[in-house]
Amino acid sequence: MQKKIIKSSIILFIIFIIGVFFTGLNKSSIYDTKNLVGQKITNIKLERFNNNRIITEEDLKKNDFTLINFWASWCAPCRVEHPILLKLNKEKNLKLLGVNFKDKKNNALKFLRDLGNPYDDLARDELGKYSINFGIYGIPESILINKDLVIIKKFIGPISQNDYTYIKNTVRE
Amino acid sequence: MRLKTIIFFIILNLNIASAENFTLDLNKVLKNLRCLVCQGQSVADSNSEFAQTIKLVVKDQIKEGKSEKEIYNFLVEKYGEWIVYKPPLNKVNFVLWLFPYLVFVIGGVVIFLLLKKRNNH
Amino acid sequence: MLSNIGNTLLFLNLLLGVSIIYFAFQNLKTNEITVSKKIYHICLFQSTFIIICFITLVTAFVVSDFSIINVYQNSHSLKPFFYKVSGTWGNHEGSLLLWVIILTIFSFLFLLYNKHHPKNYRIYSLIIQNILILGFLFFLLFNSNPFSKILPIPKEGLGLNPILQDPALAIHPPLLYIGFVGSSIYFSAAISSLLTNYSGKLFAQSIKNWVLISWSFQTLGILAGSIWAYYELGWGGFWFWDPVENASLLPWFAMSALLHSLIVLEKRNLLYFWVIVLCLLTFILSVTGTFLVRSGILNSVHTFANDPSRGLYILIFLSLMIFASVLLLFNKFKNTSYNLNSNSKETFILVNNWFMIFYLITVLLGTVYPIFTEVLTDNKVSVGPPFYNTVIIPIVILFLLFMSVGPQAQWIKNKFYNLNLLLKILIGSILINFSIIYLFKEYSLLSNFIVISAVFLVISSLIDLYKSFKKLKKDSPRILSHLSFGFLILFIGLNYNFSLEKDFNLKLGEKKNFENYSIEFTDIKLQDFKNYKAVIGEFKINNSKENFNQSLYPEIRIYDNPSTITYEASIRSGILKDYYITMSNIDRSDYYNIKFQKKPFMMWIWVSVIFISLGGFLRLYQNAKKNY
Repeated sequence: MQKKIIKSSIILFIIFIIGVFFTGLNKSSIYDTKNLVGQKITNIKLERFNNNRIITEEDLKKNDFTLINFWASWCAPCRVEHPILLKLNKEKNLKLLGVNFKDKKNNALKFLRDLGNPYDDLARDELGKYSINFGIYGIPESILINKDLVIIKKFIGPISQNDYTYIKNTVRE
Repeated sequence: MRLKTIIFFIILNLNIASAENFTLDLNKVLKNLRCLVCQGQSVADSNSEFAQTIKLVVKDQIKEGKSEKEIYNFLVEKYGEWIVYKPPLNKVNFVLWLFPYLVFVIGGVVIFLLLKKRNNH
Repeated sequence: MLSNIGNTLLFLNLLLGVSIIYFAFQNLKTNEITVSKKIYHICLFQSTFIIICFITLVTAFVVSDFSIINVYQNSHSLKPFFYKVSGTWGNHEGSLLLWVIILTIFSFLFLLYNKHHPKNYRIYSLIIQNILILGFLFFLLFNSNPFSKILPIPKEGLGLNPILQDPALAIHPPLLYIGFVGSSIYFSAAISSLLTNYSGKLFAQSIKNWVLISWSFQTLGILAGSIWAYYELGWGGFWFWDPVENASLLPWFAMSALLHSLIVLEKRNLLYFWVIVLCLLTFILSVTGTFLVRSGILNSVHTFANDPSRGLYILIFLSLMIFASVLLLFNKFKNTSYNLNSNSKETFILVNNWFMIFYLITVLLGTVYPIFTEVLTDNKVSVGPPFYNTVIIPIVILFLLFMSVGPQAQWIKNKFYNLNLLLKILIGSILINFSIIYLFKEYSLLSNFIVISAVFLVISSLIDLYKSFKKLKKDSPRILSHLSFGFLILFIGLNYNFSLEKDFNLKLGEKKNFENYSIEFTDIKLQDFKNYKAVIGEFKINNSKENFNQSLYPEIRIYDNPSTITYEASIRSGILKDYYITMSNIDRSDYYNIKFQKKPFMMWIWVSVIFISLGGFLRLYQNAKKNY
C-alpha cells in the first residue's frame, strides 16, 4: 500500500514536470516589461527642455491622462510612430509629455521642426538616468498614466495603429 | 595543546577576515543585474545603451548611500524580478532557495540511517 | 547529389537499426551461447554507413554545396577551410548527426568489447541502444534533416556566426558529445541489466570503462566550452552559470557520482540499484539538457535557432525514456541489505554521492526554475551566478574536507586513518592561507575557508602521491584527479579574490591611471581581412611597481556574412596572470568603452581541469593493461 502511494506520487510528479515543460515550450522566451502596470510612478523629476524648471508629480496630476513618450532624433522607429503621436495630440483628455532621450539639443529641435511637435510638454533626459525611474529599457517606449499617476499601459517599441485606438478609447471613456 | 593552536589560527583568520572594507562594490552590484536587451549578459559585462544607463544610475545610488538591497528593490520595482540574477526570497521563490538544502539534509539523514541500521544488527 | 547520398544513407541506417532489433530478438530465441555473426556484421555496416553519411555532410560543407539548406544557412564559400569543416557540427542538424554517430559507434564497440559477458545481457543492451538510435534517426530525418534541399539553389551561403568561428568551439561539441551521448550506452546496459537480472560485480565491470570514457571527455568538453567563453564572449569570466553551461554540467555530476559508486558495486557488490538509478539519470539528464538548449525554452547566451517542434519531439522522447525507466525500476526493485561501516571507504563514497546529488539538484532546480515560475505564476525570474555561488560554495568547503579524508579510509573496516597527520595538514593549510593574506591581500571569510579546504585537499593528495611513488598505494589516477580538483578550486578561489577589473571610457590619446597601472590609448586603425574588417586599438599598459610594459590590441570586428559586430578581447596570457582588454564603441561619441582585467592563474585553472580528466584516461589505460 505504502509502496503504491510512493509509486503514484513519483509518477504524478514526473507528469507535472513534463506538463510544465510542455506549457513552457509555447511561451515566448523574450522578456519585456509590458506586465508591469498598475503601479504608481513616484519621485518624478524631469528637466524641461527649454528652461530649467523641473516637471514634478504635481504637474502630471493636473491632467486626466498623460502619455509619456521617450524618443530621440537618432532613433529610427521614433519617426515611424511620430504621425500617430501628432494625431493623439488632438485628444482632449490626453496630454503628451515627450522625454528627449540621450540626444543633442539641436538635433532634437530639428527633428521636431521637420516632423512637427506633438508634445504638450517637453522634457530632456541627457544621460538617460531619469528614464530608469519609469522602467524604460529601450526607445521608443511610451507609458500611459492616469490622474493618480498609475500606469495603465506600457507601449514598448513604436506606437501602432492598434495602440492608437486603444489610447483613444481609454481616454474618451 | 594542538587543539589550542588550531583555535588560535582560526581566530586569527577570523580577525583578518572581518576586517573587510564595507564600501559597496559597484562592479559587484552590476554583475548581479541582467542586461535586459542582451542575450544572457550582465549589466557589468555589457556595453549596450541600457547597460550604460543602469551603470550611471547605480553609481549615483551608491553615492547617495543606498544599500545593495535598496538598489535591487528599486530596479525590481521598475523592471521586474527578471533584472536581478539573485531571485529575492519570497513566496514564489522559496522552493528555489530551500529545496537544495532540504535535499542536502535528507541525503545526510539517509546515509546516517544506513549506517545506524548496520549498528543495530 | 550529396543530399541524395546523405538521405539514402540515413534511410539505410534506419533499416539496419530495425533489422538489428529483429535479428537480436531472433538470436534471443535460439539456444546459441554467442551473439550471431550476422548481428556483428550489421552493426559494422551501421557504423560504417553513418560515418560515410557524416563524411558526406562534411564534404558538402567543404565544397560549399548550397543546394543543401543546412550548408546554405551555416556556411560561406569564403570561410577558412577549418571552419567549413567545424561548421558541420556547429549547427543543430549537423550536431544531431554527430549525436547519432556516437550512439551508433558506442553501440558497436560495446557489443565488441564485452565478449565475456552473457549473451542475453549484451543483446538486450544492443536492442535498447538501437531503439535510442532509431528515435534520433527519426528526429534527424523528419524534423531536422541536415540534407534537406533548397530551391532555387542560392549562389552564396549566409555564413557561420563569427563568434562560433573559433578553435576551442570547433572541438567543443565532439568532446562534449562523446561525454554525454556516450552515457547512452550505460543507460541501455542498465535497462538490459534490469531485464536480464545481470547485476553485481560483473555488471559493474562491463560498464566501468564506458563511464570513464564519457566522464573524461565530458570534463574536456566542458573545459573547451569554458575556454571559448573566456576569450570569445569578451567579458573575462570562464563560467557564467548560463543554462547551456549548466546543461553540460548536470550529466557531469551524475557521471561523477556514478564513477564513484561503481567502485563500491565492483569491490563490495553493494548499491546495485543506486548505480542503476545513476546510469539512467545520466543519460536522461543529457537528453533533458538537449531539450532545454534546443527548444529555446530558456534565455541563454548561446542561442541555437529555436523551433518549438524540435522541443516537442525531444520532450516526447524524454518522457518515454523517463517513464520506461521509472516503471521498470519499480518492477524490479528489491530491498537489499546493506552492510556499511561508518568509517569505511564505502561510506565515504556514499558521501561523495550525497554531495554530487546536492550539486545536481541545485543546478537543475536553478536552471529550470524560471520555466516553472513563468508557467505557474506568469512571473519571469532570473537565476544567475549569485544564486549558485550562495548555495553551492559553502557546501564545497565541506565537500573538499571529505574528499581529503575519504580516500584514506579502508574497505569494510571501521578503522580510522592517521588522525595526527590530518591535524598537521589542517594546521599547515591554515598557515598557508594566513600567509597568503599576510603577503598579499585580505579576503572574505568564505574565501578563507575555501582556500584552507582546497589547500588541505592538495596537501593530503600530495602526501598520497608521495606514498604512491613509494609503492605504498597504487591509486595514482584517483590521486591525480583529486589533487587537480583541489588545485582547481584553489586557483578559482585565488582568481576570484585577486582579479582586478576596471571599466572606463577613453578617447584616443588619453590615459587612465589606477593603483599601479596606467593604460594609454595610443593608436586606432582600420584593417581589412579575408572575411571581416577590424577596428584595432592599441593600448599601452604600464605597471610602475612590477616594471611591466606591454601593448594589447583589442578589436572590434565587422563581419559581412552574416553581418555581425563582435568584440575581440586581447589577452596576454602569462604563467601567473592574464591581462585582458576589450574595447567597444559608444554610439554617438568618440569615446570607447574599455574593460581592463587582470586575471591571476587563468592558465592553471585550465591545466587543473585537463589533469582532472587525465586521471580518468590514466585509469582507463590501467584497466586496459590489466585486461590484456
